Amino acid sequence: MTLNMLEAGQIATVKGIHSKDAERRRMVDMGILPGTRIENVMSSPLGDPVAYRIRNAVVALRGEQAKLIEIEEQK
Amino acid sequence: MTNSQAILETAADMRREIGTNLHDRLTEAIYADAGAIADRAVSTGEHSGNLEQAFDRVLTSRIWGFPLMILLLMGVFWLTIAGANVPSAMLGELLLGTLYNALHSFAAVLNAPWWLSGFLIDGLYLATAWVVSVMLPPMAIFFPLFTLLEDLGYLPRVAFNLDRLFKRAGAHGKQALTMMMGYGCNAAGVVSTRIIDSPRERLIAIITNNFAICNGRWGTLILIGAIFVGATAPPFLASFIAATSVAAIAVLGVIFTLLVSAFLSKTWLKGESSSFSLELPPYRPPQIWQTLYKSIIDRTLIVLKRAVIMAAPAGAAIWLFSNIYISDSSIAAHLISFLNPFGLLIGLNGVILLAYIVAIPANEIVIPTILMLTLNLSKSGLAQTGVMLEFNDDAQIQQILTSIGGWTILTGINLMLFSLLHNPCSTTIWTIWQETRSLKWTTIATLLPVALGIAVCLLTATAARLFL
Amino acid sequence: MTAQAAAAIQCGSCSSGCNTAHLTKLGIKTGSWDYIVALAGNPNTGKSTIFNALTGLHQHVGNWAGKTVTRAEGAFTLGGKKFKLVDLPGTYSLLSTSVDEEIARDFVLFGKPDVTVVVVDATRLERNLNLVLQILEITDHAVIALNLIDEARRNNLTMNERILMRDLGVPVVPMTARRGEGVDELLSAIEQVASREFSARPHRIKYADSNLETAIEKLATQLRSEFDGLRNARWVALRLLEGDESIIDTVRKGTLGAVKSTNHFPPLVQVEAG
Repeated sequence: MTLNMLEAGQIATVKGIHSKDAERRRMVDMGILPGTRIENVMSSPLGDPVAYRIRNAVVALRGEQAKLIEIEEQK
Repeated sequence: MTNSQAILETAADMRREIGTNLHDRLTEAIYADAGAIADRAVSTGEHSGNLEQAFDRVLTSRIWGFPLMILLLMGVFWLTIAGANVPSAMLGELLLGTLYNALHSFAAVLNAPWWLSGFLIDGLYLATAWVVSVMLPPMAIFFPLFTLLEDLGYLPRVAFNLDRLFKRAGAHGKQALTMMMGYGCNAAGVVSTRIIDSPRERLIAIITNNFAICNGRWGTLILIGAIFVGATAPPFLASFIAATSVAAIAVLGVIFTLLVSAFLSKTWLKGESSSFSLELPPYRPPQIWQTLYKSIIDRTLIVLKRAVIMAAPAGAAIWLFSNIYISDSSIAAHLISFLNPFGLLIGLNGVILLAYIVAIPANEIVIPTILMLTLNLSKSGLAQTGVMLEFNDDAQIQQILTSIGGWTILTGINLMLFSLLHNPCSTTIWTIWQETRSLKWTTIATLLPVALGIAVCLLTATAARLFL
Repeated sequence: MTAQAAAAIQCGSCSSGCNTAHLTKLGIKTGSWDYIVALAGNPNTGKSTIFNALTGLHQHVGNWAGKTVTRAEGAFTLGGKKFKLVDLPGTYSLLSTSVDEEIARDFVLFGKPDVTVVVVDATRLERNLNLVLQILEITDHAVIALNLIDEARRNNLTMNERILMRDLGVPVVPMTARRGEGVDELLSAIEQVASREFSARPHRIKYADSNLETAIEKLATQLRSEFDGLRNARWVALRLLEGDESIIDTVRKGTLGAVKSTNHFPPLVQVEAG
C-alpha cells in the first residue's frame, strides 16, 4: 500500500519510493528510506496535505507525493 | 593523458558499473550511521509531547481548523483596536493639542512669518504628529502580537491549512509563508520569496504579496472600520463589528491572492509546478515578555523613524499644495477638483485620490493626509486649523470626514477596499525591482493591484447607486 | 613546481589561508580577517539565533523553516583575533541540487572556512546528522552546536555530548541559543579549532557496499597522489562517482587542492585594504 492510504495516528515502515527524479532525491534526503518508521500525525482541514513524522521531525506531504511512497503498515 | 584525465576516466568507468542509484545508497549509509550515533547519544524519557500534538490536531482539524484561524486573526485585530484607543487619544492630546499649540505660541513669540511657521508646524510637524498618534499605537501592538505568533511556530500551520487552496491556484506551497510575511511588511514579504526556487512561482508570490495587508495599512483599516462600520452598531458591539470588518478585508485579501495567482499561473506565468516541502516545527513557547518588550521598542523606533522620514516631507508637500495659490485656489484644491469626478465615480473622492498619490512613499500617511487636506480645503470656513485638532478621537475624525469631507458609508467601505487593492508603497516597488530586475514585472506588480482596486470600487459604487 | 607553490607565489601575503580567489568569487570581502567561520545546519535549528548571539546583531528570527534567505555576514573578535562569520542557507543535505545546497556546499568546499559550525537541533538529531556527517567528509575543522537543549529537556530527551563528541570526532557544544546558554563555550570551541589547537579525528562514513567502498578508496588514493595534501579525497571520489559536474570540472582543471589564480582574478584585486 502507499503512504496516502495510511490513516491518522497509524504508523508504517517505508518499503520504497516509486519515483526516479528530483522528488525522490528530496524525500531520500529527508530520511525516507527503506526501513524508516513513518507516522501519520495530522491532516489539513481541507484534507491535503498530511503531516507525517519521519525521524522525529514533522513534515507535510501532498497526496501526490505520498502516493509515491510504498509502505507496510504496523499493526 | 594527464593524471587528472586518467582519474576522471576511471571514475566514469566505475560510475557505469555502480549504477544510477548511488544517491540512495549513499544516503542510506549516512542515515545508518546517523541512526546508530543518535541511538548511542540520546536517551528518551517518557514522551510528554502528546498535549502539543492534541493541540496541533485541533488547530488543523476539519471542523475547527479554519474557524480557529479566523478567530485568532480577529483576536489579534480586536486586541490591537481596543489596545490602541487609549494611547492614541493620549498621544493625540499631547502632540496635536498641547505641543501643537505650544509650537504656534512659540512661533508667535519669535514673530515668525506665517509661511515659515505654517510650513514647519502645520506641514512637517503636523503630518508627523498625526502619524505618530494615529498609526503608532496600533502598529506597536499588532507587530509584537504577530511576532509572538511567529515565534510560537503557528505560521507554518497556516500554510499547512491553506496549502490545498494554493495548490489549486497553481501557486507554490511556500507562497502561504511569504504571504504571511507580507502582513508585517510587503517589502519584507517580497524578499522572503527567495525561499521559492522556481522563478515563475516566485514572481507569482511577489506580485500577489501586495494583497497581504501590511502594517502601514492596518492603521487605516482599523480606524475606518471603527468609524464607519463599527459606528453603525450598538456601542457594546462596536469594537467587535469593527474587528470583523477588518478581518473580512483580510480574508478578501487572501481570496484575491488565490484568484490572481490562479489567473497568473494560467496565463502570463504558465508552467510546471515545483515540488512541495513544508516542515512543521514543534511549538516553542515564546519568551513572551522578552519578545513583547523588545518588539514594542523596536517597532516604536521604526515607526517613529519612518514617520519622520516619510511623513514630514509629505506634510511639507501637503502644506505647500494647500497654501500656494494659482488663480483663486490652492494647488491642492485644483488637484482635488480635477480628481473629484473620477473619484466620485468609483465611490471615493478627489481628496482620497490625492492622498493616495501623496502617500506612495508610505501607506501610514494616507489617513493623516486625508485629514489634513480635508481641513485645509475648508479652512475658509473655520477660524484656524488648530482649533479643530484639539482632540484626537474617532468621533472627531468622523465629524471631520462626514460633515466637512462629505463622506458616506460607501466612501468608508470603498476606502477600506482601496486600501487593500492599490499599488505597493515605493519601498516595496523598489524591492520588487531589486529582486526581479525586470521593468516589465515591476510595472505589472505595481499597476495590477490599482487596476483591481479601481474595478472593485467602481463595482460597489455602481451597485450602491443602482440599489440604494 | 607544485600547484600549491604556484598559488603561494601568486597569492602574496593573505591571512585567510590563500582562499581569496574563491572567497571573492563567492562574494566575501577578505583582507582584514584572521579567521573565517561558516555557519551551516538544517533549516529551523536556531542558526540565525546563534548568528545574532555571536555577532551581536539583532536581525529578527522567526520560528519557521527557510527564514534565512540571504547570506548574512557578521564579525566578532575573540582573543585578539578577528573572526568573520558567514551564515549559510539552511539545507538538509549537500547532495541534492537545489540552489541553497549548492551555495552551502560551494562555500564549505571552495571557500575553505577555517571553522565550520554546524548547528544541530537536539530534538531531531538523527535527521540533522545527515548534514553533519556530509560536512565532516568535506572538512576536518568543524564544531557541532547542539542547540535547542531546552526543548530536548522539555521533551524528556537526554543528550550525551561526550558520546557524540567521541563518535563524531569534533567538539560538540550543547546550547540554548535563545537564552544565551552555551555561547561562551561555543566561542571557545571555535577558537580552539580555528587555531588548530584541537586535533580532530572526524568520523568517516563507511559504506556497507563493498564494491562502493573499494571504488571510493581506489579513486581517493589516486586523488591524494595527484593533489598534494588533499584532506577530503573520499568525498571528492564520491562526487566523481556520482557524476557531479562542478567537481569533475575542478579535477579536470587541477584546481582542487589549492587555490589557483585563474585569469579572471588578478591577485591584487582579491586582497581588500582595511
